[in-house]
Amino acid sequence: MEWRDEGIVLSARRHGETSAIVTLLTREHGCHAGLVKGGFSKRSRAVIEPGNRAHAVWRGRLAEHLGLYALETVHCHGAILLDDGDRLSAMAAALAVAEGALPEREPHGAVFAALEAFLDALEHEDLAPEPAAWGGLYVKWELGLLRQLGFGLQLNHCAATGVAGDLVWVSPKSASAVCREAGEPYRDRLLPLPGFLLARGGGAGTVGEVMKGLRLTGYFLDRHLFSPHGRAMPQARARLVERMARLANEPV
Amino acid sequence: MVGPGGIDALIQLLAKLPGLGPRSARRAALHLLKRRESLMEPLARALRDTADSVKTCSVCHNIDTVDPCSICTDPKRDRSQICVVEDIGDLWAMERVAGFRGLYHVLGGTLSALDGVGPEDLHVGGLVERARHPDVKEVVLATNATVDGQTTAHYIAERLAGTDVTVSGLAHGVPVGGELDYLDEGTITAALKARKPV
Repeated sequence: MEWRDEGIVLSARRHGETSAIVTLLTREHGCHAGLVKGGFSKRSRAVIEPGNRAHAVWRGRLAEHLGLYALETVHCHGAILLDDGDRLSAMAAALAVAEGALPEREPHGAVFAALEAFLDALEHEDLAPEPAAWGGLYVKWELGLLRQLGFGLQLNHCAATGVAGDLVWVSPKSASAVCREAGEPYRDRLLPLPGFLLARGGGAGTVGEVMKGLRLTGYFLDRHLFSPHGRAMPQARARLVERMARLANEPV
Repeated sequence: MVGPGGIDALIQLLAKLPGLGPRSARRAALHLLKRRESLMEPLARALRDTADSVKTCSVCHNIDTVDPCSICTDPKRDRSQICVVEDIGDLWAMERVAGFRGLYHVLGGTLSALDGVGPEDLHVGGLVERARHPDVKEVVLATNATVDGQTTAHYIAERLAGTDVTVSGLAHGVPVGGELDYLDEGTITAALKARKPV
């Protein structure tokens, strides 16, 4: 069997002395691992760096086999972000969340496209110049990931009154928005809904808003995609939250 | 079964060494057996002596026969600089070039979500403590130019933010003798980004 696709390197773990088991998020084949012979050799090490976009050729005798990857780099997002700790942590968080949340070998073209767009935005400072801007895009990417996997949040109208305005909370139970008036008596039990998630396009206005967004998506990612499998949320995401909290002067 | 009990065990142990497989381990074992007095016995003695005498430096986590290690106690070393490396192999690489005359700190790895390595698994606390010493003026972060390596470097830089030291990192770019045509895209991208006036 053989297929060709484009993929983003999510992770690479050593196998033997120089080979690597590389997990790619591909456009048409979803999250798919494969063996790269000599992947950790001096010559090929740079190809399997997380965040790289690569042309992949996968070969295996049967579809369910691990198979062999032949990779050719198309673009190196990681190399551009190495010097910027904040953006690098956002990239690492997105890759770790994608790998932890997505089922293997299930195509999710929209998640691939969104991750690609997010990495592009991280790389081009003119597209997302401030932490609030790319942080907001990151939160929207996680929201899209939840939606793609069947756990989308309903943020169009209030779950209690049906009104479309003044939505400031999300119910952790129903994953639906709740307006200020209906939610006031239960405010301690509701999750704050940052305003930028209700607007089309663009990032957040402040890093504080991003923090609210990270808490919101973090809650549902953990509840639906990590805890049920007995897995903890990725450390890389926790480090991004720490960085954003520091930028927002908030406790984690 | 490759050979009699003892030889088989030797071959199996040799095959666990990096760069050796079962076939090359067999060759190495035969080679040792043929040179029992000139090679095998001195090697066995050296292995035993090393296993008995080598310890980890309690200051920088280098390995040496003395604790603190000979680098930490060398009076000719510049005590105002500490170079942070991922592993002992990296420390040896830095020493080979002899371009750095300061002290070292071996982290023992990098932060890695995949392998579950968190800050508590690395020797970061000791580094922060060392950096607080009034003699220390600069910490050079010489972690690898990988996503994990640089994530670790940024994390350490944050942890050192409360101290008075200057935190610097190694440059990334075209290696000496490197031809652009043979370089990977990542290296060229990093080199372009770090270009400087000539």
